[in-house]
Amino acid sequence: MKSFVPSSRLLRSLLPAFSLTVILIAIFYLQPRAMSYFGLNLLLNLALPIAFATLAQMCVITVNDLDLGIGAFVGFVACVGATWLNESPLLGVAVLLLCILAYAAMGALIHLRNLPSIVVTLGMSFFWLGLALLVLPTPGGKAPEWVREAMTFKAPGLPTTIYASALVALVVHFALMRSSYGAVVRGVGGNPRSVERAGWSILKAKMSMYALAGFFGVLSGISLIGLTTSADANIALRYTLLSIAGVILGGGEFVGGRISPVGAVLGAMTLTLAASFLSFLRISPDWQIGAQGAILIIVLALRVLINRTGKK
Amino acid sequence: MEPFVTLDGVGKNYGAVQALQHVDLQILAGQALGIVGHNGAGKSTLISILAGAQSPSDGKLTFQESGTSLPGYKVDQAQAHGIRCVFQELSLCPNLTVAENARILHPAIKGIGWKARARTLISEKLDEVFPGHGINPDDEVGDLSIAKRQMVEIARAFTRVESPIHLIILDEPTSSLDAIIAQQLLKHLRGFVDQGGACILISHLLEEILQSSDRVVVMRDGGIVDDRAARDFDRAKLVEAMGSVAKEHGNSGKTAKQRSTDSQPLVSIRPAQQGDTRRLQAYSGEIVGLAGLSGHGQTDALVDIYLEKRRDGQSPQKAVPMALVAGDRQVDGVFPLWSIGMNIVIGSMRQLTRSGLIDPEAEARLCKDWREKIAIRTPDMNNNILSLSGGNQQKALFARALASDAEIILMDDPMRGVDIGTKQEVYEMIREEAGLGRTFLWYTTEMDELEHCDHVYVFRNGAIVADLSGDEVTEQRVLQASFEESTDAQERSA
Repeated sequence: MKSFVPSSRLLRSLLPAFSLTVILIAIFYLQPRAMSYFGLNLLLNLALPIAFATLAQMCVITVNDLDLGIGAFVGFVACVGATWLNESPLLGVAVLLLCILAYAAMGALIHLRNLPSIVVTLGMSFFWLGLALLVLPTPGGKAPEWVREAMTFKAPGLPTTIYASALVALVVHFALMRSSYGAVVRGVGGNPRSVERAGWSILKAKMSMYALAGFFGVLSGISLIGLTTSADANIALRYTLLSIAGVILGGGEFVGGRISPVGAVLGAMTLTLAASFLSFLRISPDWQIGAQGAILIIVLALRVLINRTGKK
Repeated sequence: MEPFVTLDGVGKNYGAVQALQHVDLQILAGQALGIVGHNGAGKSTLISILAGAQSPSDGKLTFQESGTSLPGYKVDQAQAHGIRCVFQELSLCPNLTVAENARILHPAIKGIGWKARARTLISEKLDEVFPGHGINPDDEVGDLSIAKRQMVEIARAFTRVESPIHLIILDEPTSSLDAIIAQQLLKHLRGFVDQGGACILISHLLEEILQSSDRVVVMRDGGIVDDRAARDFDRAKLVEAMGSVAKEHGNSGKTAKQRSTDSQPLVSIRPAQQGDTRRLQAYSGEIVGLAGLSGHGQTDALVDIYLEKRRDGQSPQKAVPMALVAGDRQVDGVFPLWSIGMNIVIGSMRQLTRSGLIDPEAEARLCKDWREKIAIRTPDMNNNILSLSGGNQQKALFARALASDAEIILMDDPMRGVDIGTKQEVYEMIREEAGLGRTFLWYTTEMDELEHCDHVYVFRNGAIVADLSGDEVTEQRVLQASFEESTDAQERSA
């Protein structure tokens, strides 16, 4: 049994890559023309904003919390990006920095008052949505030129999204999984009392992770308007659930500080591709959400199966 | 030997409960200090204060090197003074590797190559303390067995990066270790002390304390009652010192109910770990105590009784209504969002419903009755349950059980953290209800409460080791039975 435990862990960490490959192969089988630079580019186009939102969610999940406001937050950032950031860049940047600070403050509030994160972030989601509507009452606005250029940049060999996702996944992996402070932050998710007894500030750890979540939320919103060129307050509402699904699909767990940044990015890509896959299958949009749920359930069932064999 | 730290009149109270009162203690460098005492004697509170995890309500700590450091004595200061503590409950992060857990303890391990350094640090210490441990520093702690986790935690406490270690506190360090590994630890501890370190060892294994400490302190009811060189103690003396010596009033005046051998017991179970055929039995109208050190299978026995009785309840003629009074109020007891009244009547829903709906008048009547009967101190039973003090919340839980039609009432150490006045009221009520024919099964870690029992079963390692009735229930006997294991273990290893 002893030698089997790490191998089941290994299997588990390979599961996100495995599910992505399976979906990719299925798509190529259904639509061989997707197997090209252009095809991949189209397929993965929307993966980057979702990957950023998933990483934001993962930061919050690391410290045993859950962010139900990330979708509305990304929508707000998109609205700011398509208006102020374009018209008066200084104001735009200042507002986005303030957003990150607001996220850190939210983390502090949740820790200090011992509030359930679900309640606070759900409340904040209405706040962000309201702000977004104030900034941009009707869909429209215009993304800054440099954002559009960055998002439509054609890298040699593979679509830019793949390079960008790989880079982000590696950076976050090093920050959270390999750095010495990353270990402390994950420890807060695993056993906060023990970390506190060793003299670390839980408040500081939570604030940094929430700030990081805000930072990735900002990146998500900005990269999103680079693709859509305009914004809408409701543009990213579904990101909340997508990001949670992405983290879990990527091998993370809701509690206990067990996370995987690389897995989260792969999970986000799997979810993006799953939508296209279902379209290729000609499943009516009415059924797509249900079918996406079915994919999630299959992957999670596989994980449970791996865990069970690991325990035996 | 010079003192490393001196405690002057250190006390700690949680609300009305005095966990520690006016403790004067000198911890000397180069001496192993053993602390013994029954559950709730204040040992854990004392070391939490020393480790900076809790701040004392009064008194002061004086360090020989730097003078007084109260108030504001916190974990980081304790660490700066070279104090390391291994707490009773395992306190590692299960999602991190062994090396990462070592890093958590040492802020100084950072920068490039930190993981390699953490790995070496913990591996070397593990090799030194527990040769042949078989733990890989890259193993995730959650994957390790409980014994290995404890080994990692102990080794981690001995690791040293910058400041030297002056005092190591070990709270029940050997509770999950087998005899050989425990010996390895005690040997290492001796080496540490011989080099001038101070050490505090807390253990329920009295032999272990006598064998490895130089000096032994006995605690009882939040205070120190004896403090002598270890060679002046033996097992019997320790047990005697831990119990209340002047206990004359004990069982006087109370006559044990004679158990009739021909009638059927209401409850009869055999604990899962019981090697022989001994059974826990309770007859109608009895108060039966489940004693022993905490966590030795008493709660499991209560759960077993509940499950077995519920199985029997499938056939109507055997159905016996039951109720449980939880000890861990926050987890198993109160509904925190409900009012006091709702918390009480929830146990009696069956009697209060008429044609499928709750009868509000009957509900209000029941509330009013019990408020008077049990004297819950509140202006309004519709107030939230959390507006009550801990003791009064516990009374409400008793009211829930007693108001129901339960004939058997299971109590899972219900008096934890309840002040003495409330306790007396509840004892009174239990005796009264037992007189009316209800049966109580009462797990308690407090000696005084066993006096109220007609019959006491002492548990150790999940099995019944003593079965005392009436006059036999003395603190001495219960303690003897609870602690016998250490002698068994000695005989086995010899």
